[in-house]
Amino acid sequence: MISLSFVLLLIFLALFANVLAPEGYDFQQYDKTWLFPSLEHPMGTDPFGRDILTRVIYGARISLAIGFISNFIALAIGLPYGAAAAWYGGAVDFVLIRIIEVINSVPNLLLGILIISVLGPGFGNVLFVFAITGWMGIARLVRGQFLSLREQDYVLAATCIGVPDYRIIIRHLLPNTMSPIIVSVTLGIPGAILGESGLSFLGIGISPPLPSWGRMLYDYLSAIQSHWYLAFFPGLMIALAMYAFTLMGDGLQDALDPTK
Amino acid sequence: MARYVLGRFFGIIGVLFIVSIMIFLMIHSIPGGPFDAMPTTSEFREIPEHIREKLMAKYGLDKPLYVQYFRYMWAALRGDFGISFRYGEPVTDFISRSWPATAQLGLSAMAIGIPIGIGLGILAALRPNTWLDYLTNVVVITTFVTPVFVIAIMSIIIFAVVLRWLPSGGWGEPNQWILPTAVYALGQIGGMARFTRSSMVDAMQAEYVRTARAKGLRERAVVMRHAFRAASLPLITLLGPMVVNLLLGSFFIEAIFRIPGIGGQITLALYNRDYPVIMALILLWTFAIAIAYLVTDLLYGVVDPRIRVGGTM
Repeated sequence: MISLSFVLLLIFLALFANVLAPEGYDFQQYDKTWLFPSLEHPMGTDPFGRDILTRVIYGARISLAIGFISNFIALAIGLPYGAAAAWYGGAVDFVLIRIIEVINSVPNLLLGILIISVLGPGFGNVLFVFAITGWMGIARLVRGQFLSLREQDYVLAATCIGVPDYRIIIRHLLPNTMSPIIVSVTLGIPGAILGESGLSFLGIGISPPLPSWGRMLYDYLSAIQSHWYLAFFPGLMIALAMYAFTLMGDGLQDALDPTK
Repeated sequence: MARYVLGRFFGIIGVLFIVSIMIFLMIHSIPGGPFDAMPTTSEFREIPEHIREKLMAKYGLDKPLYVQYFRYMWAALRGDFGISFRYGEPVTDFISRSWPATAQLGLSAMAIGIPIGIGLGILAALRPNTWLDYLTNVVVITTFVTPVFVIAIMSIIIFAVVLRWLPSGGWGEPNQWILPTAVYALGQIGGMARFTRSSMVDAMQAEYVRTARAKGLRERAVVMRHAFRAASLPLITLLGPMVVNLLLGSFFIEAIFRIPGIGGQITLALYNRDYPVIMALILLWTFAIAIAYLVTDLLYGVVDPRIRVGGTM
């Protein structure tokens, strides 16, 4: 429940960032630089006099957008891909699975770094990285599920009475695959948040002045000796968001698993 | 068995071949070349066109891509990965110079993390729902879910900035080793404890454990000789890739603690467009991980004779 409330809080922050912090994430006050946390600025201000709390709130928008959109793309690619591999089997399956193996053999982070250095940093390109690296897990999951479901008697029965392939897939196989897919997508969200903050932390993710939590860590790391709170709060937010989404995914898994 | 190993080996070679082409093409489509003017650097000097052409010719960069690729791969197979554009020394020298720091960090993290993780996991499995189990659970969730760079930064804030017990970075003095090694080991503890606990819980409920107890074996022997031996199988799948990853280094730990190892170098190489270094590191990385998975599969058969890889019964 705690994790669900924190997830809801994050979604609230992301949706209403411009109402909660109307001055915006790039509002600079040169007479208020390097301020220690106070009542007026609960998380302090950075070297440009920007309020850290404001930037953290807008950071939720970036992280959640990356988390949700990239998993939506991953689902849109992975679901038909895995379904096609399992349904057609044989040579199609062989080729589709080999493609996954080749892409998977390069560690994801390295692949992300490579793609970003070809395309350049930025919000759209970071999304593209997760679209390319994120769909394979779902494709494998769907393929595995379909392979076992395909042998069920009700599929045979549907085939016998002449139901077309696409209809069997949509009406019979997909509904039975939904719960593991939902869990996988939910757990994919913290994965994408981690990936985004990781790339941004290496300085090659979201470009400034957009306030990504990872990018804030990267920017404020050099000032950690004198102004530790600058890096502390974005780091704390990454950790809390990761806990909340992961625990929520685990909870969903238990709730949707009929054997428990 | 030999057929299986050979088959897998050639499979890896095939994958590496495709991956190397992929990476080669991607790296060469990165805008800008190593001898382009970079006005952002302090030593900015425009390279005259005729000199640039000579340099490109010297390094073979004026040839068509497929010629460059085959020349590169042919040399790489003989252990020559070319010369770093940035540092002007052979890539192999460069790697062997930065690897010791990475290996030291990885090995010490392993030496600390794996025994503690396995120990914690076993204890938690033997005493479920006690404070020890809960403590393990907290350690597992914290280290498994929190990104390593957040743990690293928080540990710097606590131990280097607020308490001032340890330096915040660098490599050379033994007290500079403590923080990165501890952070790195913490991540391994979480993973090991999680898997050890879950497979030990299953093993402790098995029939053979009851039999071992029934014939009057000491609890210690029951746990270590019977239960843990069976429970160690899933750990092997975890250990193989983990060892390779630790030996190849972490971008984040090495970058945050300013450790002159391999992991930190690759982001520098990307920034410098140092193609030979990038290419060599990614190829080595991919190859090492593929081999790790192969060895893991083979070890499976050694630990558990019931499993015969290759499918011959």
